[in-house]
Amino acid sequence: MKPRRFMAPSAFVWLLLGGAYFFIPLLATLLFSLKSIQTGKCCTLSAYGWVIHNGDFWHTIKLSFLLALETIVISLVLFVPTIYLVHLKVPRLRPVIAFLALIPFVVPPIVMVVGLLDFYRGSPTWFYDQPWGFLVAAYVILAFPYMFFSLDAGFRAIDVHTLTEASQSLGASWLTTLFKVILPNIRVAALAGSFLALAIVMGEFTIANLAQFHTFPIFLQYVNETQAYRPAALTLLSFGITWAAMLGLLFVGRGRGARPTLLAGGR
Amino acid sequence: MASEALRPDLASGRRRLSLAWVGTLPFFAYTLLFLFLPAGEVMVGAFKGVHRGWTLSNIRLLFHEPYIHAYRTSIEVSLVTALIGGAVGLAIAYAAIREGTPRWIRSILTTFSGVAANFGGIPLAFAFIATLGTIGVVTQILKNQLHIDLYAHGFTLFGKTGVEIVYIYFQLPLMILVIAPAIDGLKREWREAASNLGASPYQFWRYVGLPVLMPSILGAVILLFGNAFAAYATAYGLTSGVVPLVPLVIGAYYTGNVLSNPHFAQALALGMFVVLAVMMLIYIPLQRRAARWAR
Amino acid sequence: MAYLELQGLHRHFGDVKALDGVDVQLEQGEFLSLLGPSGCGKTTALRLVAGFDRPDAGSIVVDGKDVTNTSPSKRDMGMVFQAYSLFPNMTATQNVEFGLRVRGGHRADRHKRVGELLELIGLGHAGDRYPHQLSGGMQQRVALARALAIEPRVLLLDEPLSALDAKVRLQLREEIRRIQLELGITTLYVTHDQEEALSISDHVAVMYSGRIEQMGSPAEMYSAPATPFVAEFIGTMNRLEATVVDGGSGAVEHRGVTLTVNAARDRQRGDRVLVLVRPETVELSPANGDGGPNTLVGEVITQTFLGPVTRLKIVGGAADLIADVPTAKAATLPVGTRVTATLPAQGARLLELTDEPLPEIPEEPGPAGR
Repeated sequence: MKPRRFMAPSAFVWLLLGGAYFFIPLLATLLFSLKSIQTGKCCTLSAYGWVIHNGDFWHTIKLSFLLALETIVISLVLFVPTIYLVHLKVPRLRPVIAFLALIPFVVPPIVMVVGLLDFYRGSPTWFYDQPWGFLVAAYVILAFPYMFFSLDAGFRAIDVHTLTEASQSLGASWLTTLFKVILPNIRVAALAGSFLALAIVMGEFTIANLAQFHTFPIFLQYVNETQAYRPAALTLLSFGITWAAMLGLLFVGRGRGARPTLLAGGR
Repeated sequence: MASEALRPDLASGRRRLSLAWVGTLPFFAYTLLFLFLPAGEVMVGAFKGVHRGWTLSNIRLLFHEPYIHAYRTSIEVSLVTALIGGAVGLAIAYAAIREGTPRWIRSILTTFSGVAANFGGIPLAFAFIATLGTIGVVTQILKNQLHIDLYAHGFTLFGKTGVEIVYIYFQLPLMILVIAPAIDGLKREWREAASNLGASPYQFWRYVGLPVLMPSILGAVILLFGNAFAAYATAYGLTSGVVPLVPLVIGAYYTGNVLSNPHFAQALALGMFVVLAVMMLIYIPLQRRAARWAR
Repeated sequence: MAYLELQGLHRHFGDVKALDGVDVQLEQGEFLSLLGPSGCGKTTALRLVAGFDRPDAGSIVVDGKDVTNTSPSKRDMGMVFQAYSLFPNMTATQNVEFGLRVRGGHRADRHKRVGELLELIGLGHAGDRYPHQLSGGMQQRVALARALAIEPRVLLLDEPLSALDAKVRLQLREEIRRIQLELGITTLYVTHDQEEALSISDHVAVMYSGRIEQMGSPAEMYSAPATPFVAEFIGTMNRLEATVVDGGSGAVEHRGVTLTVNAARDRQRGDRVLVLVRPETVELSPANGDGGPNTLVGEVITQTFLGPVTRLKIVGGAADLIADVPTAKAATLPVGTRVTATLPAQGARLLELTDEPLPEIPEEPGPAGR
């Protein structure tokens, strides 16, 4: 192994290949988005105009965004106290929960939705037929592994025992301790998990499709099937949303050590 | 525990501990309701007959055409994309981390991989339609500038091969993200010691580098396999359900009228679960072995 | 004719000059230590010899042949790293065998040699253990055996004991020297521990800021340091700034007190000099009055127990120095006692004082536990 001061040529080739594979589809999509429907040639912004003026677009993207927010809130309310409690009082449960976080690998969305649709068939309409009920319930489970790894890392980075005991010795109640002492210190981890959850919900197609809810990815597929060239504008927009979520994640995770790098987008 | 001193009002340690367990109840109740019970429903329902009673007919049907073909195709696609994504991802990750490559390339690679790994499903399918579809940009360039007509030669994006090409788009970056820490763990001292003892780069990789990386590589490939096997949206967006993949067959029951037996859909799902569970059973000990050598 | 030569080595990293013209010669079978604080360039020099880095200028010659442009795998040198260099996926035996395996040869011969080496380092019974099952000291022994297995022309060691416990360090350094003498192998050893270097080397080269300050036998380095840095780095030394008063009698003036230093004879009146006095050569006795010739008077302000010897710090008036006395005697001079410190006229060394500030030795971080 000779000491190397410059990049190995083979390294350069591999990186170039990787870069090409990444960018070419995006460039092609961009070109497509600029084609006019009539002539099939460049260059017009009419596809983007169509998107912006499309009512369904705004309706579905708002819906998906609100569903994401609801998922994030429920996830935080459910997971933060649990993980706090586990770190503080019941560390033996931690490997159990970590193991549970692996379950979505074995029970992917396609399998989960089959079970959910059947199990809750008889449940009340306000849950089964509403995205705010059925979908979000499923999305919380989907977001769980990412939330867990983020929050767990956050809690591990702070000394939960010392902070709690210090706060209590100064007279604070459990609730005050949780909100004023613990939460601010895991803010970064919670934000990281939230960005991942956002990406998940904004991109989730499988469950929404089989359960027949009209979220943003469903709208995307509809446009895919019925329009020429216009889907390209939406595709780039969707890519932009993913980018924004990742940048948010990076921004929030600056200077931190372990960053959850898992997958959030619907596949 | 020191926190005992702060709650002298609670009489016994056992009572306090059970309070903490109670606090975790909402979480476990939630996973029970929305993960375990539905999953259980699938596993149990697979064995139910259309008119009450238990049966193995659903399971038996899985092994017949066209369903066994769907499993074979799904497994094949997952294997191919896992292996190619794994090998190429490893090469790219190593290229970015090895000596001689500027540090900033690695940061950029990590960022783009994070984005690419999450860019899947419907938008990705369309992006490739725009690239390699019948009037895709690359297809056109090849036809008009280089006089290579892909579709005339039998290529189609909307078949098995096309799905594989598209899947690799998110398999590659996933591999990069997962294997990079393992490559980091290859201590510089090993490379130098091997060289000092007379080993060529090939000998280093053969005797030290690859053996040490192997548990991580295998674990990553398994992850990639599971990832591709469970994928639904991408294949759906590409082919609207035409390619025989198990998730698409399952979906067909709910979005079309191809199947009429709900329990059969559950049997299909059970089959998926079994394949993935086997993968997980191989994955866990591999991870432990990889962690041991990383010290 | 030197066996291993470092000729005019230069190496810089950005603005930092890691090596600023380093020349070293080793005879065959010689054990030379590169000694110095962190950042002095000793590891850089070693890595250049091993071939893991290329010099900006200068060359490395082994047995008459220039190897500067040879790849490290072809230099036929054995290297022992500071830590973590054993291949984790191989047992101790397999690790030691690695260099031989790479070179081919019969399996039976290889196994025999590996067995011999494991016996040599005292780990004949532990051959089947993996590195994570071995203690730090055992790992370094295996690393040594592995380097020796290929019968290298030169043995290189990069602070091999820094990451180990103190007791293990003492044991292991004796063993390294014993094995080196038995095999007669030319050895270049890098360390920041001066006691280590002095105790096992044939020669020591003290480095500072990328240059060699002084090279010589351990005894020379200790008793006759050539520069203020070496004087400060090797052992503990009292450094007294003084001006020559009378070259004929060797009288110098230090803070208003006249001292006689034989080494100051032949000096010009007015020369500024640094008088170096080893703490163990300072005689102490309870003070009565002003003390005699060649004395400084002061008060004991601290006592530091060092085992057989206790180190006393004496401060007062013109005095600010350290004296090492037998512990029993130190008990008779508790903190607060006024003492007379007598400096030996003969034993003190003299160095020229320039306008450059005296180098301060930075606090060396403790044993590098990883």
